[in-house]
Amino acid sequence: MNQNLLIAKVENKPGVLNRVASLFRRRNFNIESLNVGHSETPDVSRMTIAMDASQVDVKLVEANLYKLVNVIDVQDVSNHPNITRDLALIKVTANAEQRAEIANLVQLFRAKVVDVAAGSVIVEVTGTLDKVEALINLLRPMGVKEIVRTGQIAMLRGDGIGTRHTPGANGNKQSNNKEEERK
Amino acid sequence: MKKKGAQIFWECMVREGVEVVFGYPGGAIMPIHDAMLEFPVHHVLVRHEQGAAHMADGYARTSGKVGVAMATSGPGATNLVTGIGTAMMDSSPIVCVTGQVASEFIGGDAFQEMDVTGITLPITKHNFLITRADEIADVVREAFYIAKSGRPGPVLIDICKDAQVTETDFEYPEELSLPGYTPPVQAPTADLQRAAELIEAAERPVILAGHGVLMSDAMDELRFFAEKTQTPVAMTLLGLGGFPASHTLSLGMMGMHGEFYCNNAIQNADLLLAFGMRFDDRVTGKLDTYAPNAKKVHVEIDPSEVHKNVAVDVPLVGDLKTVLGELNTMIEPGDREEWIEEIAKWRIDTVKHDILSWPNDGQLYSTSVINHIWEETKGDRIVTTDVGQHQMWTAQYYQFERPHRLVTSGGAGTMGFGLPSAIGAWFAHPDKEIWTVVGDGGFQMTQAELATAMQEGANVKIAVINNHFLGMVRQWQEFFFEKRYVATPLHNPDFVKLAQAYDVPARRVTEPDEVLPAIEFAQKTPGPVLLDFWVEKEEIVYPMVPSGAALHDMLRRPEKPKTPLAE
Repeated sequence: MNQNLLIAKVENKPGVLNRVASLFRRRNFNIESLNVGHSETPDVSRMTIAMDASQVDVKLVEANLYKLVNVIDVQDVSNHPNITRDLALIKVTANAEQRAEIANLVQLFRAKVVDVAAGSVIVEVTGTLDKVEALINLLRPMGVKEIVRTGQIAMLRGDGIGTRHTPGANGNKQSNNKEEERK
Repeated sequence: MKKKGAQIFWECMVREGVEVVFGYPGGAIMPIHDAMLEFPVHHVLVRHEQGAAHMADGYARTSGKVGVAMATSGPGATNLVTGIGTAMMDSSPIVCVTGQVASEFIGGDAFQEMDVTGITLPITKHNFLITRADEIADVVREAFYIAKSGRPGPVLIDICKDAQVTETDFEYPEELSLPGYTPPVQAPTADLQRAAELIEAAERPVILAGHGVLMSDAMDELRFFAEKTQTPVAMTLLGLGGFPASHTLSLGMMGMHGEFYCNNAIQNADLLLAFGMRFDDRVTGKLDTYAPNAKKVHVEIDPSEVHKNVAVDVPLVGDLKTVLGELNTMIEPGDREEWIEEIAKWRIDTVKHDILSWPNDGQLYSTSVINHIWEETKGDRIVTTDVGQHQMWTAQYYQFERPHRLVTSGGAGTMGFGLPSAIGAWFAHPDKEIWTVVGDGGFQMTQAELATAMQEGANVKIAVINNHFLGMVRQWQEFFFEKRYVATPLHNPDFVKLAQAYDVPARRVTEPDEVLPAIEFAQKTPGPVLLDFWVEKEEIVYPMVPSGAALHDMLRRPEKPKTPLAE
């Protein structure tokens, strides 16, 4: 799947997550995952939004996000060197004999078995979307009982800045995208 | 200095220049109503909160200021919703203030508690929930700034009752703290140059002038641009008045009920210059066939409108007045005589032609009534409308020369908008006579505001275009549902008696020769007057682009029997 990844910095105020979610719903933007948490700045939260590029026009999403008063900055990091991570906990049916096979797979994926019960184990895996999906697909035939995932988080390498598709969308202050200017 | 939340609230409202608010009291907002006695603000008591929101809207659209509506919690607030949605769709700057239950009860389903910020989230530009008195000053300032700046829109402030009565230190905030809100101003120079090149190269350009022209106060810039480049100007419904109707370059209203020559010009253009409009489906018709050979330049303050419905070649995100001001220094004088002559050839079955060929058959035609109102008011009144046939006829037959004269619900198409928005407009211009043209259907949705008009002595002249049908729906039933008139015939009350019950002078008009005396009666009688025009029942708004058809594929005005009047 061709993915678009947006990083949004938002004011950490009550209801901001609701505003973003409501925007996606009413504009009919389908998202793959949305992760939100604290950022390096107090009072600013950071969201990573993953979307299927074939379904959603990322420029429209960006422009609409800027309409939300609490959204400070939006960058499209899809086509920039970045680190993305997804964390999953996977509960797999496992009797004593199957544990060894699971342990094997887990090792290959540099994942961890974090809980062992009589009939199941919990596997923790961290990595890119592809890696997490690959492990899940291999575990499925054994009987996956539960999956929980954080959704993707992303950070650009070095001092990179993502693309701002609409220069000036949030006032002219945001329009001076140095990377874009150099091109 | 220590003050109560409610006092701080009014102190800040007065500093924002608020002189009048439209509202309805109730438990959760009583402290605010109580405190207003100390302040020079007039409270207009409406009869339904929807009226309050529409009045604030009408006030905002005609005053250039922010309109204010107030309601209590729960049902008071939800009654505002239609009015807020209307303001949102038409980018009208209003601030709605609602009471909320005390903060400690929030989430507990207390009496008259509803999640008003949740309910209004998708239909406000922004909203706030205030739980502490010390938040009020900042929020009021931010609310007015957000409502008025950038692409304007409604902002709602929900104030908990305890925040209204708590005392706190009051210091007026000099600075706004809105790190995520900086409306765009000027488009990049490189893009302006690309636009100027396209304009220079165009042989068949058309300007699409929208509400943004009025909101950005860019009438002079638009006129300069159009005259210098000799580019014809088509207007959206809400853009009417942004360019004088009588100007030789004016093409009038575009879209579903625009004139054929206007739509045909758009379809045959090689360049569309969209100035502060958003390519609504009512102005584009079928998108696949919309202006197929035209390059498109889109000047728009809201980046989310760019490429939303129609992909454009050069987007210019910024304030229209600023962008046009700069563009006007870059463009060369143009000569587009051939193009203008070609458009003139398409001016066949126009409004004017229609006026000249009305049959002199003793019937009362809606279009004729509205034409007479236009003539008798010298085309210079603020006219508000409801939604439906009469609205389109007003747009077609009342020739708007100046901006902020037509007040109508465009995007939302809200029935019941006419009367309350006219009352709101009167508070913006208490020395003027305001007209509202309404249908017999929509009028009944907010007719309770007759009482408000009477109580306030609002100089509002109500012209009910009474065809005993929900006319626009009936028209669609005639065209597209084989005349199956389901749920459209109206058995109306006697509007004259109804008005008289409110102490509002009224007159019924059933004959063509009664029209002028009735209009004169309305103009000479101070305060609100209602005229009940019993018009032809099955008139049709022509021309019309059927929903989903190409813009030029219009149902045209039929040829009418010629009368001596036409010779």
